[in-house]
Amino acid sequence: MGLSKLDNLYRQVILDHSEHPHHHGQLADATNDIEMRNPTCGDVLELQVQLDGDTIKDIAFGGSGCTISQASASMMTDAVLNKSVTQAENMVEVFSELIVGDKPVDSSILGDAAVLEGVKQFPARIKCATLAWKALHKALNSEDHTAEIGDLHAHAPKEDESHDRN
Amino acid sequence: MVKQLKTIKTDFPILDQKVNDEQLVYLDNAATTQKPKAVVEALDHYYYHDNANVHRGVHTLAERATEQFENAREKTAAFINAPSKRNILFTRGTTQSLNWIAASYGEQNIKAGDEIVISYMEHHSNLVPWQQLALRKHATLKYIGMHDDGTLDMAQAKELITDKTKIVSIAHVSNVLGVVNPLKALAALAHEHGAIMVGDGAQSVPHMPVDVQDLDVDFYAFSGHKMLGPTGIGGLYGKEALLNAMPPIEFGGEMIDFVDLYESSWKELPWKFEAGTPDISGAIGMGAAIDYLEAIGLDQVQKHEQAIVDYVLPKLLAIDDLEVYGPQDPSKHTGVIAFNLKGLHPHDLATALDMEGVAVRAGHHCAQPLMKYLSVPATARASFYLYNDFNDADRLVDAIKAAKEFFKNGAI
Ligand SMILES: Cc1ncc(COP(=O)(O)O)c(C=O)c1O
Repeated sequence: MGLSKLDNLYRQVILDHSEHPHHHGQLADATNDIEMRNPTCGDVLELQVQLDGDTIKDIAFGGSGCTISQASASMMTDAVLNKSVTQAENMVEVFSELIVGDKPVDSSILGDAAVLEGVKQFPARIKCATLAWKALHKALNSEDHTAEIGDLHAHAPKEDESHDRN
Repeated sequence: MVKQLKTIKTDFPILDQKVNDEQLVYLDNAATTQKPKAVVEALDHYYYHDNANVHRGVHTLAERATEQFENAREKTAAFINAPSKRNILFTRGTTQSLNWIAASYGEQNIKAGDEIVISYMEHHSNLVPWQQLALRKHATLKYIGMHDDGTLDMAQAKELITDKTKIVSIAHVSNVLGVVNPLKALAALAHEHGAIMVGDGAQSVPHMPVDVQDLDVDFYAFSGHKMLGPTGIGGLYGKEALLNAMPPIEFGGEMIDFVDLYESSWKELPWKFEAGTPDISGAIGMGAAIDYLEAIGLDQVQKHEQAIVDYVLPKLLAIDDLEVYGPQDPSKHTGVIAFNLKGLHPHDLATALDMEGVAVRAGHHCAQPLMKYLSVPATARASFYLYNDFNDADRLVDAIKAAKEFFKNGAI
């Protein structure tokens, strides 16, 4: 088969979003803030949302990840900007159904993000595509609008710090 | 009988299949290895003919099961040159072995202010148990760093290992950098300061002759599934005096000598630590894996893998934009090779290789502190074993080149 099947995953618009992500960075006036990790691969996604009443007035993401997770985050931010929380939550559901569900859905409301349907053929990469949407869902639903993912069972780093790579 | 490494693939039926329409090249051996027919047949035979619980019955099957189970322990002891089968505890694998040392020896011996020394290249299994022990005991965890080529900085080890040090625990072979760490020298250093030396043998025992007495380690941990055996079984070697002084971690059947209403006594080594029905078939399967490896000879396995590294490492280094971690000198690099293609996330690379039938791992390899140390979020990793050959190495190199072309012609 070789790499031809990869075209279904790495569509041009996905590569474009990954190379030039939209809404990449930080917000000065975020109302909702979340950091999500994909512990199996080390991807990190920081998502900030600025709500104005019920509207997503601004949104930004940072962190590091693969082409799919970065592109998905970029497309998600495009899709939900200026939408109401209810509309955004509906999009979260539509996206999830599109990627992991078995019912046909009208994915047109997702904008560019609809092309990620191709991920279906690559089960190992589904988590990469869904990370940003899960983060959005968490950010919109957490009690105090900031979500901590797991408490760190931390060892005070005091002395190790001096042996850090320099 | 000396097995021919050239024809060995036929012993592993799983390797004879197509993945994504391409002949499978399995290069994820550091994660887990494939099983030869001999191991699968040993499991079959045990369940079809000899299955019974061990140490519990007088009937014939119970006797057979017990004999085979204990025979596997003898084989395991001989395999790493432990003095006796009393030194070998069966565990679930390296992770459980290391956790047992921390939970038993560590719990008993570590006090506030003591120091535990590990390195930046440790697998989470040889890091988190010590980190959490240090946290519970208000002890300090210290990390030895590496030189630029990924080899352990022994000068720093000498500074960090002091009379305050109680435990030194280091991987014998790194599961990312592919370096062999000087465990014998580290053990000598630890002992000079009255500390014990723990070796994480997950990536060494399957790939090279290991002699725990020569290394003079106090504990040594390894996994059956990384050496052709089944999952769910592994070993913990410990010096007898240490194991004798340690309290059991789990209690129940099998491990008791005598139980009264308000007190109990424990069986002698090694059974004192093995509470409950053990993984009998797993142990027997690991014994069969050891037989298989010994028929070839671990020195031959090591030589074979070294020949592949000598062949493939220069080819990988010759690919523009491919960064290879760990030593660039093949003689210092084992068959675990981590790499990244510049500008491409390792997940994307691994998916592309998978489309070419080449199975590699991508991720942080359970070594997040090492990833941070290397300043990369993740890497791809190819790891070879005795059934891999030069053709597999070529397929890897070609697949990386094809992936590079694909993503270059795309927008990346
Ligand atoms: C160096 C090292 N230590 C520990 C482990 C943990 O082994 P297991 O998952 O079999 O317990 C591994 C394998 O993943 C390893 O490579």
